[in-house]
Amino acid sequence: MATENAMEFVSQLGAGVTDGLAYLGALATLGTRAAYFTFVAPFQGKALRLQSAASQAMEVGVRALPILSLITFFIGLILALQSAYELGKLGAMSLVAKAVALSMSRELGPLITAIVVIGRSGSAFAAEIGTMKVTEEIDALEVMAIDPVHFLVAPKFLAMIVMLPCLTIWANTMGIFGGALFGVTQADFTLGRYIQASIDSLYVRDIVSGLIKSVMFGVTITAVGCLEGLSTTGGAEQVGRSTTRAVVISIFLVVAVDLVFTAIFFFLGNG
Amino acid sequence: MREANPVISLRDLRVSYGEIEILHGIHFDVKAGETLVILGGSGSGKSTLLRTLVGLEKPSSGQIWINGQDIAAISHEELYEIRKKTGMSFQGSALFGSMTVGENVALPLREHTKLEDSTIEIMLRLKLEQVGLAGFEYHMPSQLSGGMKKRAAVARALAMDPEILFFDEPSAGLDPIIAAGIDQLILELKKAFHMTIIVVTHELASAFLIADRMVLIDKGNVVAIGTTEEMRASAQPRVRQFLDRVPEPDVEGELDYLQTLTEQYRRHA
Repeated sequence: MATENAMEFVSQLGAGVTDGLAYLGALATLGTRAAYFTFVAPFQGKALRLQSAASQAMEVGVRALPILSLITFFIGLILALQSAYELGKLGAMSLVAKAVALSMSRELGPLITAIVVIGRSGSAFAAEIGTMKVTEEIDALEVMAIDPVHFLVAPKFLAMIVMLPCLTIWANTMGIFGGALFGVTQADFTLGRYIQASIDSLYVRDIVSGLIKSVMFGVTITAVGCLEGLSTTGGAEQVGRSTTRAVVISIFLVVAVDLVFTAIFFFLGNG
Repeated sequence: MREANPVISLRDLRVSYGEIEILHGIHFDVKAGETLVILGGSGSGKSTLLRTLVGLEKPSSGQIWINGQDIAAISHEELYEIRKKTGMSFQGSALFGSMTVGENVALPLREHTKLEDSTIEIMLRLKLEQVGLAGFEYHMPSQLSGGMKKRAAVARALAMDPEILFFDEPSAGLDPIIAAGIDQLILELKKAFHMTIIVVTHELASAFLIADRMVLIDKGNVVAIGTTEEMRASAQPRVRQFLDRVPEPDVEGELDYLQTLTEQYRRHA
């Protein structure tokens, strides 16, 4: 009996791993095709949909600014409070600016931005494409000899890889301002000195590593959102399910990608 | 008319979803310029057949020759070239909800031709006029009634002046008068353009009105094929049952179907 259970467990584990790998494969295929239509096909006479990409960039990027600003401002403030708790004991309150600036631009700026974008846009991609799938609009594109990846996914892909780094820079800045609110009111900083201390504590590599991560997050979020949309079958209920899956899988994969890239930067000695 | 050369030839076409075979060796020809109606009940495989004909489903074996090319064996690019010369009107019309009716019709022209905007404008008006929707180019699909959506979808299918036109359940979900209007539209297109038209439906009245020839599909097999007169005169029991609208003598068939579904579900779970 015990061996049977063990066998069952192993076979289920195997099936789970196989499914997971197949999913990653599908994501990679979709991501590669989107990248092909964005970077290669325009030089082979297949026009890039700049207009569509611009409106996506507006939706993904510009419209996310208010909520992202608020969240990252708070995060900056929280980081300042948390680090001051320990640094204050050591009498090193002047290091608060450094702690906030580093953790924002290396980690929390890109991550929080990605999570906000998953909630706003990753889910919207899955819902939009999923609805088009169940109303046969994706089939209609195919039958009209229009590649859905070229028509729908590539503009989103381009918008995401451009806007996510931009949003991340904005998020880093807002986080530093959030920290500055604490620095100015509770520690002996002036706004100018706080900003200067933040800038002094950052190396270019701190910002660049965050931006590289944010581009990878953009690729991940687009691929998951669009893949979930494209693999929707059935009706409206399934669209909801795809949307939920897109959000959950995106958050998981973004954190996984974050870990991989943070480890790479660490072992490259960039850390 | 190239009577001798069929536009579409199906050779022992088999299609499966997973392990379940839906079409068990379909075999027939479609002549140039004729209107062929594919008849069949729910779950007969007629929609799958249509989806396979336009390349949305891959056959598990067999050949689909369209204009001398086997679409089951060609590359994606070659399939796209064939698709530019075919049009399809979907059951739910499948208009893009984010675009106006005009933009919907113009989309294939903008994608596949280098025509100037002013020319495209004229062409889309012409297409909308052909389907009786003149003046509706700035409406959104959501503002149209069911019948108008169908017509707009036909206009979009006509945009590239296709040689072959496919219709999936053209009268589904429409009241009898509007449905008759769509039948009339198909007849007009047939007269005006001599296109090869393939219609999938279970509406008998509509089928007999528009068809030159008919194919009856049942449980994934071709049961009968012939002109409307031949079908009417057929003594084949399954044809008679379908045409005379005789219900299944028992529900065994449906129980079988349920069982297949349950097995399918179990396999997926």
